Parts: sequence; C-alpha cells; structure tokens
Amino acid sequence: MNTSTIGRISALLLRYFFLLRSSWPRLLEIAYWPTVQMIIWGFTSVHFSNSSPELTAGGILISAVLVWDSLFRSHISYTLSFLEEMWSRNLANLFVSPLRPWELILSLATVSMIRTLIGMVPAALLAIPFFGVSVFELGLPLLGFFLNLVFTGWAISQAVTGILLRYGLGAESLTWMLPFLLAPFSCIYYPLETLPGWMQTIAQYLSTTYVFEGMRALVLHDEWKPDLLWKAFLLNVIYFILGLGVFCLAFRSARNRGLLLQSGE
Amino acid sequence: MIKPESLLKVDRLSKRFRSKWAVNELTFALSPGSIVGLLGGNGAGKTTTLSMLLGLLEPTSGSIRLFGHDFVKNRHAVLHRMNFCSPYVDLPQRLTVRENLRVFARLYGVHNSSARIEKLTADFRLLELMDQPIRRLSSGQKTRVSLAKALINQPEFLLLDEPTASLSPDVSQWIRQRLRDYRDQTGASILFASHDMREVELLCDEVVMMSHGRLIEQGSPQDLQDRHQRDSLEEVFLALNEQGGGA
Repeated sequence: MNTSTIGRISALLLRYFFLLRSSWPRLLEIAYWPTVQMIIWGFTSVHFSNSSPELTAGGILISAVLVWDSLFRSHISYTLSFLEEMWSRNLANLFVSPLRPWELILSLATVSMIRTLIGMVPAALLAIPFFGVSVFELGLPLLGFFLNLVFTGWAISQAVTGILLRYGLGAESLTWMLPFLLAPFSCIYYPLETLPGWMQTIAQYLSTTYVFEGMRALVLHDEWKPDLLWKAFLLNVIYFILGLGVFCLAFRSARNRGLLLQSGE
Repeated sequence: MIKPESLLKVDRLSKRFRSKWAVNELTFALSPGSIVGLLGGNGAGKTTTLSMLLGLLEPTSGSIRLFGHDFVKNRHAVLHRMNFCSPYVDLPQRLTVRENLRVFARLYGVHNSSARIEKLTADFRLLELMDQPIRRLSSGQKTRVSLAKALINQPEFLLLDEPTASLSPDVSQWIRQRLRDYRDQTGASILFASHDMREVELLCDEVVMMSHGRLIEQGSPQDLQDRHQRDSLEEVFLALNEQGGGA
C-alpha cells in the first residue's frame, strides 16, 4: 500500500470522523442499540434462569446477543457510511477523485470496524455489572467469533452497497432486511438440531451457524472446537468474494448506465 | 480536426442508452490553456459527454485521450490532474466548509494543504463561511465552495457543468472572472458545459455546439457568428437547430 493510497483512505476516515463529530445523536446511536438489546435480553435471561436454568447457563443468551450484534453492527456501519455518500449526493465527487473503488471498500471496512467496537465494547462491559456475564471470559475464541461475524457483515454489505449503486435508494430497505434473513438459519439462540431438516440444510452453508455452534460448545460444555471456526472462516472467504463480485458487477453496470452521477435522494 | 498539441482529444465518442444515442460520434479537442464551452439545449448530450470525460460513464464506442493517456482504459493515471464542479452534485452537507476542503485536499494528495485552503478561502471569499456546515449555505455560497473544492488540487483540466445555474447575474459574473483568473494564472484548460449562450460567449475561447448528441458546429464565438452572419451565439444556435430540425 503506497502513501497515496493511505492518504486517500485517511481522507475518507477523516470525513466519517467529521460526520460523527457533527452529530451527537449519530455517535450516541452507535452504542445505544447494542446496549438496549443487551439489557432486554439480560432481563429475559434473568427471568428464564428462574424457570429453566439450562436455557441461560453461562450467560449464553447474553453472549449470543452480543456476538450476533457484531455482525449486524459491522454490516450497518459499513452500509450506513456508504449511504451517507448517497444521501448527500457526494458519490460523484468521490468517483471523479483519484480514489479507487477498493480504497473506498477498505475505508468503509475500517470505519465499520471502529464503529462496531465503539458500539459493542460498552454493551459488553455493562453486561458485567448488570448481569454478571462477561463475554471476555470466552478468551481468545471470542476474537475468532467476533472477527468471523464482522467478516460476514462486510460480505453482506458489499452485496448491498452494490445493489444500492445499481438500483439507487429505492433498495435502501435491503440494508436492514438482509442480516435478519440470515438470523433464523444462524442458530443464534438454539442448537442446529432445533431446525427442521430443510432449514438445517441451508444453515450448514452459513458461516454464522458454525460461529454460534462453536460458541455454545464453549459456553455450555467448555469445549473448544477450532474446526467450526475454520469452517466459518472458509465460508466467509467465499461470501466475501461473492459480495465483492456483486459490488464490482454493480459498479460496472452503474458506470455503464450513468447512475454514478445521479445517485442521491 | 484534432490538434496534435491537444490536452484532450475526443474521437468519435458515442454513448447509447438502449436504442437512443445520447452522444453520437463526437470529435473535438482541447488545447492547453483554453476555455471551451460545450453548448447545447436540454438533451443535447452535454452532461453525458462530461460524465464520460470524468470517468463516471462508460462510452459505448470512441476514444478519449487525456494528457496523452487512454482515459477510458486507465482513468486513474490522470484523475489527480483534473477536477469538476456541478450544481447537481453536492458536498457532504453536515461537514463544514473547512472540513470539506480538508477532506478533499487529502483525497487529492495536496501538499501543504493548509496554505492551499487559505489561498482558496481568500480567492473565493469564504473566510466567514469556513465553520458553517454546507447545508446552511445559500446556493451562491455553495457554488463558491464547490469551485474551491474543484480547484483544491490545482487541476490542469477543469470540467464545469453549468456552474452558474440558478445564480444571480452579479454572482455569475464574479465566478466567470475567477475562472478566467485561474486559467490565466495556471494555464489550465477548462471545459464548460452550459445552455446559457451569453455566458459561453463571454467566457469561452472556443465553442463546441451539440444537438441531439451530435456536434453541429465548433469554433470561436466570433468565428461562428461571422460564419453564420448572426449577431450572437444564441442566434447561431437557433439557426443551426432550425436547419437540422433540432430542439
């Protein structure tokens, strides 16, 4: 990576920093939703622990909520940063500058990682005094779960931003819909066997399933299964390449149809 | 006729959207240090042409050579040497003028960006606006900021899409003078798309007239008026359109 590339990526990081600095609700929002989720599921967990302690053993519900949120946050942070450019009709300014599309992708991924950490760390820290659950006790595997889900989030984001480029802001709702489409198949709160056969088949092709199966094995049975994490990683590599392919095709199509100058509200 | 010393050479450039040719076999050239007006009515193909010259739109056929590079195949070799301004493209609304200029200076790899921003602040009378978010500016103020952004990297080739659209005559005149000053000081070339014939007459050394995606005439404003025995570019344009069954 040469100095020009670093300069251009740092320019976009500066742009998103200025944006966050200019709007305290935006800054607050980053940590707000993960914290609210954690509190709701925390009390749900307290309630269940009285009637069915096996459901909430080891703080599994709260851990699952926090870990799942890292996928959702990374995707939303990436896509919202891109949408900011569309809402402000700034995409053309970026694409006529020396910024290359892959530098834009790298900038969005960096911003996404920063925003995800800003959102997740306070929620994870608050879970300790509130509910006596520390996801940090998962140790190094937590990093594996977290990075895998962030990676999945970016793969989805690449496809969504490509679709946004091609179809415009009319496709904005996909930003919110797509991660939730994965949720039922990802076995976030229940083991894989809970799903009917056809859903299990789909679930086996999702990286997220292996992350949560691995996490349950660790939290409930104190069993570390690195093979599950590797499967998740390999699937993520495939998804990322597919997402990148969608983005590149959409970018080319948008360039061919003259949509880059028109993108905006 | 393509001049050998041209900074920009556009050769048989065409763009088709479905069955409609938005730009059809357009050929023209731009010399270093010239201000060329791309003139035409609505739907003439001006914005489509500019979009192709900016790399935002893939041509269907034809070639663009800019600074000696094949722009269609390798636009990133020259994008740092050009810039553009259009009232139809905004700067980030929540960022202040100063923040926007800092971001774009970094994006274009401007050395000593503080000095450059200071100069543009003075040139475009932006001092009192520097800490205002873009969304709070009037359209005239936004145009001044957009032009400052367009000049942040001291481009050798500047593309302007109707930069004075919806501005009052005094602000338009002031902006034309800034553009002339910039060309005189730096020797940059400017391509100026407009449907305001009077403005093009006042500012441009040469005119490329378009209608229905085709080049219908080119030359200096005075040459065109003499050639067609008319008193203004507008009359030349209307006469050409009548002859060609234009807009």
